[in-house]
Amino acid sequence: MTDTAPHGDTPPSDTPMVRFEKVTKAFGDLTILDRFDLSVPRGEKLAVIGPSGSGKSTLLRVLMTLEPISGGVVEVGGEPLWHMDRGGKLVPANEAHLRKMRTKIGMVFQHFNLFPHMSALRNVTEAPIHVQGLDKAEALERGEALLREVGLGDKMDSKPAQLSGGQQQRVAIARALAMRPEIMLFDEVTSALDPELVGEVLAVIRDLASEQDLTMLIVTHQMGFANEICDRVCFLEGGHLVEEGPPEQIFHEPQQQRTKDFLKAVLEV
Amino acid sequence: MIWDWSYAWEVLPVLGDAAIVTIKATVVGYLFALVGGLILALMRRSPTRALAWPAAFLVEFVRSTPLLVQLFFLFFGLPELGIRLSPFATGVVGLGLHFSTYTSEVYRSGIDGVARGQWEGAKALNFSTYRCYRAVVLPQAIPPIVPVLGNYLLTMFKDSTLLSAIAVMELLQVAKILGSDTFRYMEPLTIVGVFFIVMSVVSATGISWLERKLNPRRSA
Repeated sequence: MTDTAPHGDTPPSDTPMVRFEKVTKAFGDLTILDRFDLSVPRGEKLAVIGPSGSGKSTLLRVLMTLEPISGGVVEVGGEPLWHMDRGGKLVPANEAHLRKMRTKIGMVFQHFNLFPHMSALRNVTEAPIHVQGLDKAEALERGEALLREVGLGDKMDSKPAQLSGGQQQRVAIARALAMRPEIMLFDEVTSALDPELVGEVLAVIRDLASEQDLTMLIVTHQMGFANEICDRVCFLEGGHLVEEGPPEQIFHEPQQQRTKDFLKAVLEV
Repeated sequence: MIWDWSYAWEVLPVLGDAAIVTIKATVVGYLFALVGGLILALMRRSPTRALAWPAAFLVEFVRSTPLLVQLFFLFFGLPELGIRLSPFATGVVGLGLHFSTYTSEVYRSGIDGVARGQWEGAKALNFSTYRCYRAVVLPQAIPPIVPVLGNYLLTMFKDSTLLSAIAVMELLQVAKILGSDTFRYMEPLTIVGVFFIVMSVVSATGISWLERKLNPRRSA
């Protein structure tokens, strides 16, 4: 390996993996994200907390290109997500650009969104085969390995309806990982689960967090979990970043009154 | 006596040949409507206006004009545009096009019934639009609408008699010719009626079999 010059797609290591600059997202009169700024270095495990309606899910949905932004710029790996560079000017991204950018990002949803008519294994292999063009044997190998890693080696042929919520969510995590994303988004992934099934899903995410290079954005209500695995915690309210810092600081010595109030409310439950 | 069995037996083979024409026209027209309706439904959902608007216009226009008028329009109009089709082909195109507009609405309701999370799951996996419909949306949209799509097969069987107006030798046309030759209408027309009852029962049975096959009882 003599050629060490970075390729077009490989940003220098100090380029943030994700960057929001004055990003606004509004639905009609309702402003969900209000000139929002955030920078996430490569490999960071970031927890995003806040009351419902604070914009934390929208943050992830904007990154996954499920919601277009109303203003500002989002960058992923140094490249604009919702825009393209046309002769030095940023113009709205077309579908080809969005599809290129999406290859870097994977997402796990609150309600799993597994494909109900496919087996667990096919849920995991469908995209590698038909989107990445992986050959079938290789995709099956990758899919089986991932399902075993999330503890579902014996459920490969089960349909989602035959699995518990915790098992379904683990399939969903394997499905997202099968695309080898650089960024993983977790949108309240344990909120729809029965309490006794939360642990098995968190355990899978905890394992994943040991991967140095993987950037993770985790929207969660599990404060203990965020405290344990995340490098940094962001508290959002009303579409603004109210406070951010290492978990010790946010959870033990929050500076802002609104952070204190929120944590007091959720930790007392 | 009003009913003459020997005459009925005599015309049966002739009507049998005509029944084949009716079945062919209906089945080919139905396949046209199944494919055409899907194409129209997908075009109408397209973010590209150059696709969505013509599809919407065609659906609304065709749905609000009578099939018989459309058949005449195609039968007399196409030759003037230099398109020469047999009466049978003209009839199949007319039937297929007309019912495409109805099936397109059925497909639309099926597609609308697929949960938003399914589209988002597909997008998060970076599926192309084609792959999203093919692998995720249509396999979930179609099974619930099979009964409604099937109903249109029954309707098309009955409406295929309109093809008699453009000289297609289908059942009603042949029965009319037989009647005008012999002045006996009762027998051929009764046989035609019985044929449609039989075809309705056969189609309905086939559709409910398909429905059971595609919608197995789910455990959850």
